[in-house]
Amino acid sequence: MPSELAEGVVAGNRRALARAISHVEADNAQGRELLADLYSRTGRAQTIGITGSAGAGKSTLVGALAREQRKRGRTVGIIAVDPSSPFSHGAILGDRIRMQDLTADGGVFMRSMASRGNLGGLAEMASGVVDLMDAAGFDVVLVETVGAGQDEVEVATATQSTVLVANPGGGDDVQSMKAGLMEIAQIMVVNKADLAGADTAVMQLRGLLAIAEPRAWQPPILKAIARTGEGVPELVDAIDKHQAHVRSDEHAEAERQGLVESQILSLVRAALYREALGAARAEGSIDTLVEEVVLRTRDPRSAATTLIDALRQRWMKP
Amino acid sequence: MATEQRTLRVLIAKPGLDGHDRGAKVVARALRDAGMEVIYTGIRQTPEMIAEAALQEDVDVVGLSILSGAHLEIFPRVISELKKRSVEDVTLFCGGIIPEADIPAVKEMGFSAVFGPGTDTNDIIAFLRENATERA
Repeated sequence: MPSELAEGVVAGNRRALARAISHVEADNAQGRELLADLYSRTGRAQTIGITGSAGAGKSTLVGALAREQRKRGRTVGIIAVDPSSPFSHGAILGDRIRMQDLTADGGVFMRSMASRGNLGGLAEMASGVVDLMDAAGFDVVLVETVGAGQDEVEVATATQSTVLVANPGGGDDVQSMKAGLMEIAQIMVVNKADLAGADTAVMQLRGLLAIAEPRAWQPPILKAIARTGEGVPELVDAIDKHQAHVRSDEHAEAERQGLVESQILSLVRAALYREALGAARAEGSIDTLVEEVVLRTRDPRSAATTLIDALRQRWMKP
Repeated sequence: MATEQRTLRVLIAKPGLDGHDRGAKVVARALRDAGMEVIYTGIRQTPEMIAEAALQEDVDVVGLSILSGAHLEIFPRVISELKKRSVEDVTLFCGGIIPEADIPAVKEMGFSAVFGPGTDTNDIIAFLRENATERA
C-alpha cells in the first residue's frame, strides 16, 4: 500500500516531493519503498540530461531550457548535481544562482544534489530523483551533471535524451570528446555561439560524427547563446524530436531496454562498491596490506586481490 | 526514531538589497569544509524565494545574512513565507549587521542564533552540529 508520502508526491504536494527526495537521496528504507511504489507511475515525463565540461554554460542553458519549456506550457523539474569535496565530503551547491527567477514559478521545482563521491558525473541516487519528479507529474525533467570531461557518461543511463554542451574555440576539447560523452549525446549544442569559432566547433563536431558508426538517430548539432536565449527554442524542438524517436521508433525499443539494463547495472555497481569498501575497512585487513605495500614487500594489485578474496569468502558464508 | 545521521543541508541566503556577500560566502565555505552541503542562492533574495528554496531543497538549516538594516522588516516575512509552506522544522540562524538591541527581537522571531562580525566560523559549525541533527 502506498504511503502517505507517496500519495503526496503523486498529488503534486511540493513539501511531500521535497521530503521524498531526501529519503531517496539518503537511500534509506523509506526511500527505497517510495521508488518501488511509484515506479509504475513513471515514464510520462520527458527526461533530459545536460552535460559538458565545467564552464560550458550548463546551468545557464538549463535555466534557458526551463524558461522555454514553461513558455510552451510544460511544468519542469530540475536536478542540478555539483561535486562533493573529496576531503570534507561537503559541497557548495550554487546552481540556483543562475535560475533565480524560476524559484518563484510554481510550475518549476528545482533540487540541488551533491555527487557524494559518485564518479559518473551524477549523484548516485539522481535517477531515483528523476523517477520521483516523473511520478509527481512534471512534464519535463532536466538533469544537469557536474562538469564532465570524457568518461562521465552516467547521465545517459538516467535520462532519455542527452544534450552535450560544447563551446567555440575548444578545438582540442572537441577532439578529446571522441569517445565517451561524444557517443552518448543525442543532441549537441555549441553554446556561447556569439564567440569567435562557433562555426568551426560545429564543423569539428560534424567531422567527428561523420567518422562514427551511423545510428538510427543522427545527433543534430545546434548553436545557442544560453545567456540571451538565442537558439534555445530550436534546441527544445530538437529534444522534442528525439523524444518522439525514443517513444515511437521500433528501433527505440532495443535502446529503451539497453537504457534500463545499464541503469540496473550502474545501481548494482554503486551498491557493491559501497558495500565492498565498507567491508574492506571494517575488516581491518586493509591496514596490514597498506603497510606491506608501503614497504614494497607487496604490490598494490596483489593487495587488492587478497582483499577481494577475503570479501568473497565473507559473502559466501550463509 | 533513531536514524543514521544524515549530511546536514544548509541554505545560505541574502535577503534585502545590500550586495555585501563576503560574509555569507565565508560561512558557506566554512560549512562545506565541515562536511555540510550548502545551497548558496546569491544576493537580493525575496522572502518568497528564500522560503521556496528552503522547501524545494528540504534543508535542515536556513542561514540569513543581512547588512542593510532591514532585518526587523524582512525576517518576519521570511518566517511567514516558510510557515505558509509548512516548512517549520528548520533551524534558523542569521548574521551580518544586527545591532545588539535587536537580538532579543530576532530570537523571539525564531532565530536560534545570531552571529555578528568577528564570529569564529568554528562556533557556527559547532552550533549547527548541536542544534540541527534531529529531524522528524
